[in-house]
Amino acid sequence: MSAPILVLEAISVAYGKVEAVRGVSLSMLPGSIVTVIGANGAGKTTLLNAAMGLLPANGRLTFGGTALHDHSIEERVALGMALVPERRELFGSMTVEDNLVLGGFRTAAAERAQSLAQVFARFPRLEERRRQLAGTLSGGERQMLAMGRALMGRPRLLMLDEPSLGLAPLIVRDIFEIIVGLRKTGVSILLVEQNARAALQIADHAYVMELGEITAHGPAAELAADPQIVASYLGLGAAAD
Amino acid sequence: MDATILLFLLQDGVTNGAIYALLALALVLVFAVTRVILVPQGEFVTYGALTLAMLDLGKVPGTAGLLIVFAALALAVEVWANRRRLSLKLSGRLALFYVLPPLVIVVLAGWLAPMRLGPVPQALLAIAIVSPMGPYLYRIAFQPLSEASVLVLLIAAVGAHFSMTGLCLLFFGPEGLRAQPLITTGFTAGPLPVSGQSIAIYLAALGLMLALYLFFGRTILGKALRATAVNRLGARLVGVRTALSGQLAFLIAAAIGALSGVLIAPVTTVFYDSGFLIGLKGFVAAIVGGLVSYPVAVAAAVGVGLVEAFASFWASSFKEIIVFMLIIPVLLVRSLTATHTEDEE
Repeated sequence: MSAPILVLEAISVAYGKVEAVRGVSLSMLPGSIVTVIGANGAGKTTLLNAAMGLLPANGRLTFGGTALHDHSIEERVALGMALVPERRELFGSMTVEDNLVLGGFRTAAAERAQSLAQVFARFPRLEERRRQLAGTLSGGERQMLAMGRALMGRPRLLMLDEPSLGLAPLIVRDIFEIIVGLRKTGVSILLVEQNARAALQIADHAYVMELGEITAHGPAAELAADPQIVASYLGLGAAAD
Repeated sequence: MDATILLFLLQDGVTNGAIYALLALALVLVFAVTRVILVPQGEFVTYGALTLAMLDLGKVPGTAGLLIVFAALALAVEVWANRRRLSLKLSGRLALFYVLPPLVIVVLAGWLAPMRLGPVPQALLAIAIVSPMGPYLYRIAFQPLSEASVLVLLIAAVGAHFSMTGLCLLFFGPEGLRAQPLITTGFTAGPLPVSGQSIAIYLAALGLMLALYLFFGRTILGKALRATAVNRLGARLVGVRTALSGQLAFLIAAAIGALSGVLIAPVTTVFYDSGFLIGLKGFVAAIVGGLVSYPVAVAAAVGVGLVEAFASFWASSFKEIIVFMLIIPVLLVRSLTATHTEDEE
């Protein structure tokens, strides 16, 4: 087995005196899909934001063998990390194509053209709307654009924060199929989801987060069969699925 | 008033308006990207004008010394900020950005100034001397505050304005200077003499607007600047450094200021503190455009130039008052019609 691509050791993040994430450790192998599931407010988003450098965190963070401490967001992007945040953070008054091209800001022009063709092949909908302003897209299209923009940077690790949030079930299914397809290209995916059922179906490994701490982890299939997890997370999820 | 006077005033108004338009564009750009209201925009105009006037006299301009002051301060700030992670690679990058350009430009200025190469090469040299001060100013005064509120940034901008005016007095002295026209030939259109200088101003203004349009629409750097203005976090997530966008915006603003200075130096006597009032008129235009719209700002700038021209004909002692009073109805209308979309992060 190769060395893990991302290792979090005893990560804590505090907003003032409130600790949103307490001593979280997590490790993921290259090319795998790892999911962090948990209820709203469990600290999942905070954890991702800390990994990307949006928030200051205590603890040790290693990406691809590089220890990250005061690396800025931009430096983490340069190392091959990408975050698709919950709010997407698109450039609303710019076209779909410009949004994508900017995703490849740090890559060479020739590589950018190639990545654009690949992204359009993966998301034909974006190609249809390439001249449209990003702010006029539907929710599902925005999520696709946010993922496409992240992929333009050719990341080694793609972190997705609630990609299914606010989307219709049919589109959620599309998005998850795309995530599975992405894994085949070799990119590692860290997926934070409230939709635990869908996330556990596609993940290799899963972590359960409650009130800022990891309360369980293991192979996704095992967790999906764990009666306690089924009761807390999948029982309700069945109705939404 | 007869038709000749009307034509004169129109020409005068449009010429000044073109200069204000350039400054308004720079102000809108800097505000959109960095949320800084660039009060010292006018100082770059002064620097450009005085530099050209000194080069005309065959002397090394005081701005050469100023550039070294700016670069040294910026380098000091950068070294301090990176004191715990100074590597050979980083030192090399710092030297490339903070030591090499001022050194080359100052040596070039010292070598070329006595040769008196003529108006156009001297104008280009003047712009080259002044432009790098923009990014250095950003590094010194604004980059450490990049997360601060608009008000804090405005106060820093006022501080930068006073410092730069003072430095200008120190390096150029209190006397006003005027430069040779860039183009001496002119022609007469009917009763109206059109000077070569005003044609140079129109061409430079139009050329610059076209260049900016292409830069923002076609190049990845231009798009990155727009992206930073639209969504700062989004821009950082694709790897656009906020500092890079800020320095680029300030470079463009300083270059536009210096260009404006070079263009007005032959038609007005410029003193160490003349730039402020000129910059303020660009600001009036930028405000009409709400500090967001480039086309509205340009149109408003031409309007400001025309109002100023006619005000100086009818009520010359009130001309500044009339121009600046324009801002009151604009603000009133804006505050009444605005849908409050405060975009604070």
